[in-house]
Amino acid sequence: MSEKIKHFPGEELSGRDIREGKIPCIKHRPNVKYLWSAGIAMSRFVEGMKEGKIIGSKCVKCKRIMVPPRAFCEECFRPVDEYAPVKDTGTINTYSVSYVAGDASRIKEPILVAVIDIDGASKGMGILHLLGEISDWKQIKFGMKVKAVWKPSEEREGSITDIKYFKPFEEV
Amino acid sequence: MTDVAIVGVGCTGFKSVSPEVSYKELMFEAATRAYQDAGNINPRKDIDAFISVAEDYWEGFSIFDEFVPDQLGAVLRQLFTVSGDSIIGLGNAHMLIKTGHFDVVAVESHGKPSDILTLYDIVSFAMDPVFNRPLGGHPFYLAGLEMNRFLFETGNTKEDCAMVAVKNRDNALRNPYAAYGARIDLNDVFCSSPHFYPLNKFDISQPADGGIVIVLASDEVASDLNDCPIWIRGVGWASETPSLESRCFGEAVYAQLSAEMAYKEAKITSPSREIDFAEVDDLFSYKELQHMEAMRLCEVGEAGRLIAEGVTGIDGDLPINTSGGNLGMGWALEASGMQRLLEVVIQLRGDAGERQLADVEVGLAQSWRGIPTATGGTAVLSNC
Repeated sequence: MSEKIKHFPGEELSGRDIREGKIPCIKHRPNVKYLWSAGIAMSRFVEGMKEGKIIGSKCVKCKRIMVPPRAFCEECFRPVDEYAPVKDTGTINTYSVSYVAGDASRIKEPILVAVIDIDGASKGMGILHLLGEISDWKQIKFGMKVKAVWKPSEEREGSITDIKYFKPFEEV
Repeated sequence: MTDVAIVGVGCTGFKSVSPEVSYKELMFEAATRAYQDAGNINPRKDIDAFISVAEDYWEGFSIFDEFVPDQLGAVLRQLFTVSGDSIIGLGNAHMLIKTGHFDVVAVESHGKPSDILTLYDIVSFAMDPVFNRPLGGHPFYLAGLEMNRFLFETGNTKEDCAMVAVKNRDNALRNPYAAYGARIDLNDVFCSSPHFYPLNKFDISQPADGGIVIVLASDEVASDLNDCPIWIRGVGWASETPSLESRCFGEAVYAQLSAEMAYKEAKITSPSREIDFAEVDDLFSYKELQHMEAMRLCEVGEAGRLIAEGVTGIDGDLPINTSGGNLGMGWALEASGMQRLLEVVIQLRGDAGERQLADVEVGLAQSWRGIPTATGGTAVLSNC
């Protein structure tokens, strides 16, 4: 509101007016459900998660080891040649601190997200995941080494969340 | 002005389910086959632009276009998605090449309805939320409404429609890409359960998974890529109103308008004489007859007589849906129209095997976007 006008004529609308049906609206919640076939490459990845392994795929033409794995090399446009586990350690490629949740509310403990170049995969390839066991996010540095913290094997279900988060890790 | 030809086609084939592959892997197979067919081109450098035909709710992704480049060889290249039908995608590729800025363009479409647990709820979600959705029920009753009015206005009969289902399921037995080939008779159609009067179960196409990619090229390079380029003589598309309360239920106006647009470009004045064979949308049996009449492949009220006399059979004077149509190949969402186009290319090349038609030069492919839309496309192709 500007300096000159302190109050506009008329009544202000609130979210409550809409919820209470004072403003005509149409409400509909669609029944939208999917069950995607994981297929050749993703099946190997999610099965690997259950075993506490990150699976990559290899193209012998460009010699890249790709994480996440795919059934085809998008650069050479040919099927990949093999699938194999890579390490569960890596370095931070980029990171952010998310103070806002999906519904735009403030988060008390900000979420630390990072793209992690995974050791054993080709340069610039890896996993987008959360960071944990970091008391002050200002400790996060580009190129910092991190390692996956896995859920106990009996709790893993073949999901990216079978890794709880990546934590700082000192190489010995 | 530049002429445009189809120089490559690739198809995965269609099946009721495909749990062994992801949608990306399905698309990769179709693309690999199409590029091989188009003189073994390398998409990383030989294709100037890519078009995918897809709809977010079918895929289960917001902004699905962004998930497309890798499996088509289109990373770091020119790509966009047409949210419509594959023949509308073809129209866009046709125009890109006619600008003179693009020589080779790929068009992709696929359907993987087996990935959708609530397929018909998504169809309902395409209906108006104020006037239609609250009434509930299965959205395919719209096809019942349309069929009833179409039969009333034209004098075609339920028996004529059942003959479409029998013919197309039978044709599909000769098509290795088809999911639903079967030898059925009229009695099987009549005895199949009533679904949406006057539609019985066997009048309705069933969902199928599969993908198709085609490669188009300008006349400057077409002959280098394929010994038998199939020329696009005309493409058209049109939409009627979404309002179910005011659209035309008896006639397929979108098919009429899209066909007239294609005929104008192709300089066709008498389609029933100038077109040798056609693939027309038959998501529901009556649609084949309604679309034939809308596109002037016969007179209004005459389509039923033509199928009864065998004119639209493989051995007839105007074969319709030698591929098996959607009733025989399956309802593959946005790839349904591309199935029609694929068969026209295969027939014009002379590659249709035991269902090959003799001496065909001009073929028509027509698509409809399905319930609850009133949108469709038409393409006229020739091999000379």
